[in-house]
Amino acid sequence: MLLNASGCLDGLTAPDVARSLDAFVTKTVTPLPRDGNAPVRIAETDVGMLNSIGLANPGIDRFLTRNLPQLAELGVPIWVSVGGFETDDYADICSRLDDHAEVSAIELNVSCPNVETPADSAAEIVSASRLATRKPLWAKLSPAVPGIAEVARAAQASGADGLSLVNTIRGLKLDERTLRPVLGPGQGGLSGPALKPIALAAVATCYRATQMPIVGMGGVQTGLDALELIAVGARHVALGTVLFADPDAPARVRAELHAAAATRGWNAYEDGYAVAHEETLSAGATLDERSSV
Amino acid sequence: MRRERLSVVANEQVGPYTLLRVARGAVDPGVPGQFFMLEAPGRLLPRPMSLCLAPSGELAFLIDPIGPGTVALCELAQGENINVFGPLGNGFVLDLDRPLLVGGGIGIAPLPFLSESLGRPPAVLGFRSDRHAEAAGLVPNAQCCVEPTFVTELIPEGMDVLACGPEPMLHAVRALAPTAQLAWEAPMACGYGACYGCAVEIDGELKRLCVEGPVLRAA
Repeated sequence: MLLNASGCLDGLTAPDVARSLDAFVTKTVTPLPRDGNAPVRIAETDVGMLNSIGLANPGIDRFLTRNLPQLAELGVPIWVSVGGFETDDYADICSRLDDHAEVSAIELNVSCPNVETPADSAAEIVSASRLATRKPLWAKLSPAVPGIAEVARAAQASGADGLSLVNTIRGLKLDERTLRPVLGPGQGGLSGPALKPIALAAVATCYRATQMPIVGMGGVQTGLDALELIAVGARHVALGTVLFADPDAPARVRAELHAAAATRGWNAYEDGYAVAHEETLSAGATLDERSSV
Repeated sequence: MRRERLSVVANEQVGPYTLLRVARGAVDPGVPGQFFMLEAPGRLLPRPMSLCLAPSGELAFLIDPIGPGTVALCELAQGENINVFGPLGNGFVLDLDRPLLVGGGIGIAPLPFLSESLGRPPAVLGFRSDRHAEAAGLVPNAQCCVEPTFVTELIPEGMDVLACGPEPMLHAVRALAPTAQLAWEAPMACGYGACYGCAVEIDGELKRLCVEGPVLRAA
């Protein structure tokens, strides 16, 4: 299944692009409306881009009354990304989404890199959300933690149905002339091709740790990029930054993915699922996270 | 709007700027003030450019080479291809009694197409140097000034102002002509509402310039 990464597409302003995906993931919804951060909000880097949008969204009330009915008309499954600042925020929004049949799944944006114990925090948020909804729950994790396997296991033990990997990673760009930050808020989330090796490692590690269904994302530009994420254990793939430059990316990536599978003699790209974990050709190579230390 | 791979017809020097001309293909030129996302060779993100001219079978963009993306666009050679996506956003409203075009620096980019669409109304243009002012030749019926004279000193009263230029100029124009139509600029990753990067404050609310603008009423 091909999705968009949360925050990388507005299904209301670009309905045709949303329809070209197998499911549409909303921008993160929080309890209250948020204007987001002051400009400048985006900056291109050498191999990616930084963003600091600041979770701009209409808040759950307006999302339910105004956005969701229109999104439901897209005719594709809707995944709602849920964010908050306290555990109760997540649980409250999940319980309000629970009665809406047009919501296919909930993605919990539990990626805050500023918590001291990410595994405990993820467990708390997922547990509380699990009690609040019967919808499938996908925990979206940050790769910027010392042990992502531990966070993934905590999410699994707390009732998550799957993992979304990965969110952006913190970065900073300076104006070459003034040597001051380009982005208004200073730092931002790095996405684009720079994120791909980080995403591959995170998916590989979490697949080994949990065997859970995973939506892989991070730097996918081509069908081959998508196939690599599938090979390390992603069931599904989401497109992020590539959508900014190429609104036609879903159809192109899908076609490239099928072609990449066909050249390997596979009937479908799903045949490539987790193949990178099979006994490898080079003796001793392992995808285990500890192999590098 | 559509995204199409278009072939470069020519890249012409206009003072310090470059006029990039591409074959139009099946892309609609849209309304003056609307913009296109141009693939910048070797860069991750496309660059937003308002349409400067729409000669038969072509689209032309005036580009100031100020960063790696715009430099790459200015270095394109005849016959090379780039993806062009548009037209995007909201352009100028053209139903006016006494139009006056006001432009500053690279902000004159949308004015040649706007001038043609309005039957070549008067224009006042400001530049930071004589070399930059060479671009004034693209706009018919233009009166031109160079710093330290500012373009706002050339705006007569009672005109329907349509302006594009640097932010301080637009604020000054707004103060003089409260009903002016102003074309704003902001960094943009996508141009179609996906990235939320181009948010600006409108009536106390942050809105996406690519969706609500880039042309906005001053008042």
